[in-house]
Amino acid sequence: MKKLLLLITTLTFGLLLSACGGESNTVKFGVIGPLTGDYSVYGVAVENGAKLAAEELNAAGGVLDKDLEIIAYDSKGDPTEGVNAYNRLRDQDEIDALIGGTFSGVTLAIKDLAVSDNMPVLTPTATHPDVTPNADNIFRACYTDSYQGSTAAVFTADSLGKTNVAVMYNKDDAYSEGLAQAFMDEYDARGLSYTEYEFGSQDDDYSAQLTSIKDEGHDAVFLPAYVAEVGAVLTQAKSLGLDVPFIGGDGWDGIEADYADVAEGFYFANHYAKTDEAAAVQDFVTNYTEAFGEAPNALAALAYDAVYALAEAFEQADSVDSDAVVEALANLEYNNAVTGTITFDAIGNPIKTITIIKVVDGEHVVETKVDAS
Amino acid sequence: MELFINQLINGLNTGSIYALVAIGYTMVYGIIKLINFAHGEIMMFGAYFAFVFAYMIPWNLPFILIIIISMILAAIMGMLIERIAYKKLRKAPRISALITAIGMSLFLQNLALLIFGASYKRMRPLVSTEPVHLFGFNISKLTLITIGLSVFFMMVLTFFIHKTKPGKAMRAVSQDKGAAILMGINIDNIISLTFAIGSALGALGGIFYAMAYSQIYPTLGVMPGLKAFIAAVFGGIGNITGAMVGGYLIGIIETMTKAYISKQWVDAIVFGLLILILLFKPSGLLGKSTKEKV
Repeated sequence: MKKLLLLITTLTFGLLLSACGGESNTVKFGVIGPLTGDYSVYGVAVENGAKLAAEELNAAGGVLDKDLEIIAYDSKGDPTEGVNAYNRLRDQDEIDALIGGTFSGVTLAIKDLAVSDNMPVLTPTATHPDVTPNADNIFRACYTDSYQGSTAAVFTADSLGKTNVAVMYNKDDAYSEGLAQAFMDEYDARGLSYTEYEFGSQDDDYSAQLTSIKDEGHDAVFLPAYVAEVGAVLTQAKSLGLDVPFIGGDGWDGIEADYADVAEGFYFANHYAKTDEAAAVQDFVTNYTEAFGEAPNALAALAYDAVYALAEAFEQADSVDSDAVVEALANLEYNNAVTGTITFDAIGNPIKTITIIKVVDGEHVVETKVDAS
Repeated sequence: MELFINQLINGLNTGSIYALVAIGYTMVYGIIKLINFAHGEIMMFGAYFAFVFAYMIPWNLPFILIIIISMILAAIMGMLIERIAYKKLRKAPRISALITAIGMSLFLQNLALLIFGASYKRMRPLVSTEPVHLFGFNISKLTLITIGLSVFFMMVLTFFIHKTKPGKAMRAVSQDKGAAILMGINIDNIISLTFAIGSALGALGGIFYAMAYSQIYPTLGVMPGLKAFIAAVFGGIGNITGAMVGGYLIGIIETMTKAYISKQWVDAIVFGLLILILLFKPSGLLGKSTKEKV
């Protein structure tokens, strides 16, 4: 009996040692996003998109002939929680690269740590301008707020021919304000007129602003905000009889689920269109819907692309060494992405096309694609 | 001028909702000197009740029936809260009851979070929001119903308080509990009735709020609850007419500030006005100043 016990103990220890020592046989990507709470819809989409990409990559032979593992931790959208998640990913899980944080605020909070660790970071969705500058190892897969805002302005002015626009934005939200500012700068540059209307995160009642917009006779409203706010604004606009087109940004993604009737005929800038007929897009949409039982939003698509782009960089670096991976990312050209070709400029922002979507009968229809300027 | 009238209507719409909710705060305070912080959550649950009966149960009930059922459920909920959480604390120091009320508020918020989830749900209006042409103005039908029904229920309440026996008993209890008992008034029942009426009106406010702003979520009651509480203090807490006047004033001031000054000044102006009123009239706009009894 004693001998048996000894044998088992020796065997167990032997196994443990072999697991600890030597080369690890997986490549690990960490994911940070709000997986629970008010913003969980965004974090869960990122996690799902990343996991789908990893599954497909593993089925095709993995990364550097190893299995790719995705480890996702919850940030609740809170910077402090995000830093904790990052520390855990680095120390406990020893990740090779990070996909995240999903929110700009969280990504900015972990930026300094990631820079001093020289961790390769490819955030799928952090759009704030300060995320990538002065950090050689930080890249993003989405375009920035200002790029999106000015593209929306170009579209509103050139394609829709609107010259007297109301810009209605959330004063408490950096994303909303960033888009609005870029939009207004573009209108200033063209000498077109606009009026600012602000609201706050705590607001539910937008009737005062909308009544004024109607009274001023604006010919369009630029509304860079998230679905919950956009839905409420559009519903109230309809009941006040305000009958002009609304234009938005990628925060509108998913508007057709609950608010198709009030968003009918309106436009928003997005990373990709579900109805795009390109094979990469259709495969992604089909596989995602099959795996998770719902159509992917833009965040899922960006996370999916981010994993593929990062895996490609690992292959090109032919190593998990941070410096080599960062260099490979900087020179990367990934063509098969759902959200358009991914190449990075000198500060780590992608150079890619923006899709303008029109909501028609509750579906996304590609209105036009605007190239990088 | 047309813009001004339109903004005034917007203000009346918000004001009606604040007034309905403020009545609940003021009635409960009047009778047991408790600031019932869970009242905003009753408003939220009232909206969820309507949501459930309108969209989750396929009975196709008419609008007015949905409202009445939700108000009754909210009334029961208010009475239960009083019996379970507040009754034992009637003789306790006031701060204990206040903390219990805050605890109840958080409990109800999290209960809603558990039952309905965190995501914003779309509350489609149960009546048409199509603009109606009236005296040369386009007013949404929902706004007309909100203002109309609020005023109607406030009139019913005023009649009830002043002309009926239970209403008189209610006033008696709020004036002197001891004497009311001696007169043979069952104060437990009267307090329950107060919670029931306040909660039912709060639920009505919640339903209108969710319909007007088209969304429903577990923290829906927090901001309007706070504003309604301010309205109650503004008008003189404990005074029902004061709560109504306060609600309408806050609603109109808020909308006018948003429309003509700046969105960022709204809270500064509303709260600044509150401080001014309390400086010059500590018992509120219509509150009676009572002498401390020694």
